[in-house]
Amino acid sequence: MSTSSTSDVHAHGGHGEHEHNPHHQHHFATMEQQFDTSKLGMWLFLATEILLFGGLFVGFGLMQHRYPREFVEAHEHLKQLVFGQHFPLYGALNTIVLLVSSWTMVMGVNAAQTNQKQKTVRYLVLTILLACVFLVVKYVEYEHKFADHLLPGIFYGHQAEDLIKGTHGYATFFSFYFMMTGLHGIHVLVGIGLLGWLVMRARRGEFSSDYYTPVDLVGLYWHIVDMIWIYLFPLYYLIS
Amino acid sequence: MEPAVTSGARIGDRPRPKKNYLNETKGFKSWALTVDHKRIGIMYLVGTMIAFLLGGIFALLVRLTLLTPQHTMFGIQVTAETYNRFFTLHGAIMVFLFIIPSIPGSVTNFVLPLMIGAKDVAFPRINLASFYLWVVGAIMAVASMVIGAVDTGWTFYTPYSTSGTSSTVTLMTAAVFVLGFSSIFTGLNFIATVHKLRAPGMGWFDMPLFVWGMYSTAVIQVLATPVLGITLVLLMMERVFRIGIFDSRIGGDPVLFQHFFWFYSHPAVYIMILPGLAIISELIPTFSRKTMFGYRAIAYSSVSLALLSFIVWGHHMFVAGQSQLATVVFSALTFLVAIPSGVKVFNWLTTMYKGNISLEAPMLYAISFLMLFAIGGLTGIFLGTLSTDVHLTDTYFVVAHFHYVMMGSTVTAFIGGLHYWWPKMTGRMYSEKWARWAAVLWFIGFNATFLPQFILGSRGMPRRYYNYLDQFQPLHAFSTVGSWIIGLSLFMSAAYLLASLRKPMDAPDNPWGGTTMEWQTSSPPITHNFEEAPVLEHEPYDYRPKAVAH
Repeated sequence: MSTSSTSDVHAHGGHGEHEHNPHHQHHFATMEQQFDTSKLGMWLFLATEILLFGGLFVGFGLMQHRYPREFVEAHEHLKQLVFGQHFPLYGALNTIVLLVSSWTMVMGVNAAQTNQKQKTVRYLVLTILLACVFLVVKYVEYEHKFADHLLPGIFYGHQAEDLIKGTHGYATFFSFYFMMTGLHGIHVLVGIGLLGWLVMRARRGEFSSDYYTPVDLVGLYWHIVDMIWIYLFPLYYLIS
Repeated sequence: MEPAVTSGARIGDRPRPKKNYLNETKGFKSWALTVDHKRIGIMYLVGTMIAFLLGGIFALLVRLTLLTPQHTMFGIQVTAETYNRFFTLHGAIMVFLFIIPSIPGSVTNFVLPLMIGAKDVAFPRINLASFYLWVVGAIMAVASMVIGAVDTGWTFYTPYSTSGTSSTVTLMTAAVFVLGFSSIFTGLNFIATVHKLRAPGMGWFDMPLFVWGMYSTAVIQVLATPVLGITLVLLMMERVFRIGIFDSRIGGDPVLFQHFFWFYSHPAVYIMILPGLAIISELIPTFSRKTMFGYRAIAYSSVSLALLSFIVWGHHMFVAGQSQLATVVFSALTFLVAIPSGVKVFNWLTTMYKGNISLEAPMLYAISFLMLFAIGGLTGIFLGTLSTDVHLTDTYFVVAHFHYVMMGSTVTAFIGGLHYWWPKMTGRMYSEKWARWAAVLWFIGFNATFLPQFILGSRGMPRRYYNYLDQFQPLHAFSTVGSWIIGLSLFMSAAYLLASLRKPMDAPDNPWGGTTMEWQTSSPPITHNFEEAPVLEHEPYDYRPKAVAH
């Protein structure tokens, strides 16, 4: 969603009279109008994201209603033994990682708005690193599920006595688990790509208090990705 | 900056600019990579018209098969599977490749920025991306039917779609997923455009009603389509990985698919009809030479239709095992839809009352629309009523009803709008005589095709069957002949519209005496739409005689 970067196609004709910001697109009267429009577009896009995940949340809720006992039993397998207690170690860790990354993102946007080039780059890189930590933890977690054959649909093959294959509900739980965390993971990957693109542009010194739209918009996107995880965490790891 | 000229030039008293959006740049690349909303609109028009032709051919094949109760078409054997493919292709192409993208993508893309005095849509490159997503989706959809056999109907109901034999249903659903994103991008663009790019001085209630209608449409496109997207993803997952959500054999719930599907697809019905209502709101005042009666009522009714569209999906499922309470609630909510629809029709009629009506081709389509929409809307009440719906569900009555709304209303309005804006888009006038004949044939052909289907349905002819009892043959044959008249009318329209392109650009800037902003620029418009930034001088549809013409 690089709605706001400049485009050479617009360079000709009908340009604003007094401003000469190279990022100013010809069909906007002012930079302010352009910024507001881009932001509105991003919010609309985020609304579609929430609705996209919303469908999965509703599907999960209905299936949980259909198989309440199976879902509670299945979710125990998302927990680890910590000091003799069952605790969603990976899930909790990832929640903290993403929350901190939201903070570094905000700091990055703030640095861009206040013309601090070095600081912008530093916070954006930090956000990327935290996103990578998230994916590594997720990878470890997925690996455990693969080892136990706690997989979606036809691949489900858990043979231990508690979650016998063939009972309705268990495979469905893990199908939803992989679909929702997987779709979220794809969003994290896209976020890393967007942040990397921002770092490149920030190093070229393209952002300033006059023009920081892309940083702002990617920031919004990143917060939504965090928010979705904040809802996924209790949904999967804290069922009772 | 362009030199300042006195604004508000009157009809035809301005020399035609040599350069316009069609001839300023040339070559394939200048079109393929354009970000001009007018060129994208033209490309969308060409694309959706090809889809309309394809879907229309399948419609004619469906009607030909049904000409006789035998399993043949002029002696050629037609199997049940082939027939299933015919109606699936007809339905899926018409809904996803034609009706949903046509008015927003083509006509609206072209005129909406002009109507609010903008230079372009808010996000021109996303606009182009939307078109290419449509192309990719269309190729995937067509490929899925060439390679394999999609026979689920356009609704992809489970268990047809989860346990059927066809292998390409997954590809078809993926195509619709992609087309959904195309639609989201279009809607997102229009919302941002209407919010942020209106001409100086144009408040919300100074906008043409077409813009109100398309804004409401865009809200639905953005809010409903993602749910369809995720539903189709779940369906694909169910087919490929058997995740156990829709297939009862592995613990799923097939009715859940219907809920998910209609939660999008009922609003989608309004994505299809609201643009039609929007176009009519332009045609009626222009050809009645009269100020719009009840401007605000029509504007609000568009928005309220958009909101209502989200809470009536259960009326598709009265006999699908929904709880009785839900059924009663959905039925009651469905009746509410009649209110804003009625508000619109009465306001249009009141606008026409004592107006100076001229029966040019676009107005003929608008008047056809009023009659067809009234029939389509009123028969919808029959179907929203529980006791009658149980009798009429899945019969030809339903087929006739939604064709009166989707085709009789939306497509009629679309063709009317296309004629209305054709001089603006191409700079040429079409043959008015031929256009009037085509409009009359359209009205006759449409009613000949679909009126008999109401009778067929109420007598118990089920939809989607490829043969029938002998007693139904006269009505089926009547309907099939009607479909040929529709085909003839559309063929005529295509012929004289395309023929007009060979003429020199002679259309005046404002051939119909319209008062909205798109008529203030040249026909065809220059690349940047307006010579000087337009300023709002009067409310839309102001046909009061001016004391002094300026």
